[in-house]
Amino acid sequence: MRSLFYVVTALAVMGLAFWAYRENYATQEAQAELDDLQRQIDEAHRTLGVLRAEWAYLNRPERLRDLALMNFDRLGLLSLAPEQFSRVDQIAFPAPAEAAPPLVGSVAVSSQSEEPL
Amino acid sequence: MIRTPLRPLARILRAREAGENPDVIERENLRLRHEQMRDRARLQAQGRLLFLAAFFTVAFGTVGTRMGMMAGAETEGPSARAAASAINAQRSDIVDRNGRILATNLDTYALYAQPAQMVDKVGAARELVKIFPDLDEERLVKDFTGKRKFLWVKKKLSPEQMQAVHDIGDPGLLFGPREMRLYPNGRLASHILGGARFGVEGVNSAELVGVAGVEKEFDARLRDKARAGEPLQLSLDLTVQDAVEQVLSGGMKMMNAKGAAAVLMDAYSGEIVSMASLPDFDPNDRPGPVVRGSPSDSPLFNRAVQGVYELGSTFKIFAVAQAMQIGMLGPDTLVDADAPLKWGKFTIREFQNKNYGPLLSAQDVIVKSSNVGVAHIALRLGAERQQAFLRQLGFFEPTEVELVEAPTGRPLLPPKWSELVTITASYGHGIAASPLHLAAAYATIVNGGLKVTPTILKQDRPQPGERVLDEQVSADVRKMLRAVVDHGTATFGEVEGYQVGGKTGTADKPKPTGGYYDDKVITTFASMFPASAPRYVLIVALDEPVETSGPKPRRTAGWTAVPVAAEIIRRVAPLLGIRPIVEDTPVPALTLTASN
Repeated sequence: MRSLFYVVTALAVMGLAFWAYRENYATQEAQAELDDLQRQIDEAHRTLGVLRAEWAYLNRPERLRDLALMNFDRLGLLSLAPEQFSRVDQIAFPAPAEAAPPLVGSVAVSSQSEEPL
Repeated sequence: MIRTPLRPLARILRAREAGENPDVIERENLRLRHEQMRDRARLQAQGRLLFLAAFFTVAFGTVGTRMGMMAGAETEGPSARAAASAINAQRSDIVDRNGRILATNLDTYALYAQPAQMVDKVGAARELVKIFPDLDEERLVKDFTGKRKFLWVKKKLSPEQMQAVHDIGDPGLLFGPREMRLYPNGRLASHILGGARFGVEGVNSAELVGVAGVEKEFDARLRDKARAGEPLQLSLDLTVQDAVEQVLSGGMKMMNAKGAAAVLMDAYSGEIVSMASLPDFDPNDRPGPVVRGSPSDSPLFNRAVQGVYELGSTFKIFAVAQAMQIGMLGPDTLVDADAPLKWGKFTIREFQNKNYGPLLSAQDVIVKSSNVGVAHIALRLGAERQQAFLRQLGFFEPTEVELVEAPTGRPLLPPKWSELVTITASYGHGIAASPLHLAAAYATIVNGGLKVTPTILKQDRPQPGERVLDEQVSADVRKMLRAVVDHGTATFGEVEGYQVGGKTGTADKPKPTGGYYDDKVITTFASMFPASAPRYVLIVALDEPVETSGPKPRRTAGWTAVPVAAEIIRRVAPLLGIRPIVEDTPVPALTLTASN
């Protein structure tokens, strides 16, 4: 009985040692992965910072003004003027949509369910 | 210790005499001695055991506690987190009220040289000058070939420049990573942002220090590691600021002014939506302070905050508002306005020696901008009450705006407040204040009478100040200011749909030697819109403007500052989301307000 106890204990110690060993390496691996991800996040943050700065630089009012002027023929952009404000009730109610043309020929359907939706 | 003999002679002799065996005595004594020795040994052994037990308890206890602590502690990657934020944002961004970037950081590199490691010193210097034309080749050669072991060549490099320096291929030219402050909008809001420079410099990093404006005022906040990811949000609106600066700069050129300032302020919260001062500068490349001439002519000088000027007739409304507040007069009360007014050896005249008198209603005093009329009102108020009211409006202290330059904008007050000062102060002479002071005071008198403190930070909620005027008085003031634009000195200020109201001010510039210039003025237009329920206050001030479209040069505010202000309102009001008010008759909304 006693020897069985010793054997079981020894096996348990070995098992636990193996488990601890694996956990140790798994942790180290996770840590390394974490560091790697952290570095990637840092990198992404830095890139984001640069992109935000660039976005702000490209959207600086001075440049937008020049662009609006250069492309005036195509876009006709002007400064916002008081006349452009209006009240909701001044806008005509949208005309009722015209009846859909009758379907002729085959119709391609991308997906179809059995039940009517 | 006296050792008891094993065979004490006396007892042996006695035993022998008695015929007993003396060995018994010896054995007995030996036994006793052994017992003593055994007791001592046991005590010693017990002590040792106890000591060992204590030792092991402490040792294992320590190990156990440590294990428990390690098991119980949260496992966090201390190495990973700390390194991340440290590099990323050394200084917080500054954004406008809508979150658009006004100042941010950009990674760059600084170029330094270690001449000891350089291969071709003269050649490297020649190549460097090709890349950076502003460097002096002779100076570089001298530095490289001299005794110096280390020198900074360039503080900020663009990626292209860095590649070009790389291509020189000299091992003695090295790069140090830097974080630089970038103002992507260039000159926009330059006086408010201020600028930043490098503080303590090392090879691998350099600290960024604010030098002026909000950058310096909030230096500690911007460098606070704990709030690194949290941008500093200003009350400025980037789009509005740009529109104001553009119109103001156009107006300044058209009116041949040497400087201009504009302040656009929320009439309730005191938030500065836009503040411009011209000439301006690029905070990315901040010029050095001027060493010659007046600092107020430098582009670094913020005319809106630091510049204290006699703001002229814009002050008239304060005397009238105060008189209405204490019930001395109503808008239609007639006031003595018989010009000129003799006071001691001084004569108070009207503009171009006119006479609007003999009697004018209080409203017409403002509409016609009568110096004499307002002087009579001020004399009836008295110096003490006038001072108290101006103090309440903030004209006795520098503004509390969060700019490092604010304390330098201290109003200039006469040393002694005589009756003559009372007269001149009522029409804005003899007392000098900044346009920002004027903006805060106008906001206070038109918003219903609650004191406004100017701020450059976005406010979440209104900041109701103490009551300075009654609602009704404030409504009357608005009506008067509206009338000035409608049929007074500021008719060019009319912007259809926005019910502009305001007061002009033209003040002769004081000579540095004393007295006033004849042909140099500061013109100011203090306005608010829409008059029926004002939301914003706009101050426009031009320095030495001349309007030359007519046969004679015109220098009054009505011809110079007012059209510029009107154009600003026309551009900015839609951007601020104010819907134009459709008016059938000139001022129906105002008549309604007045009848309340």
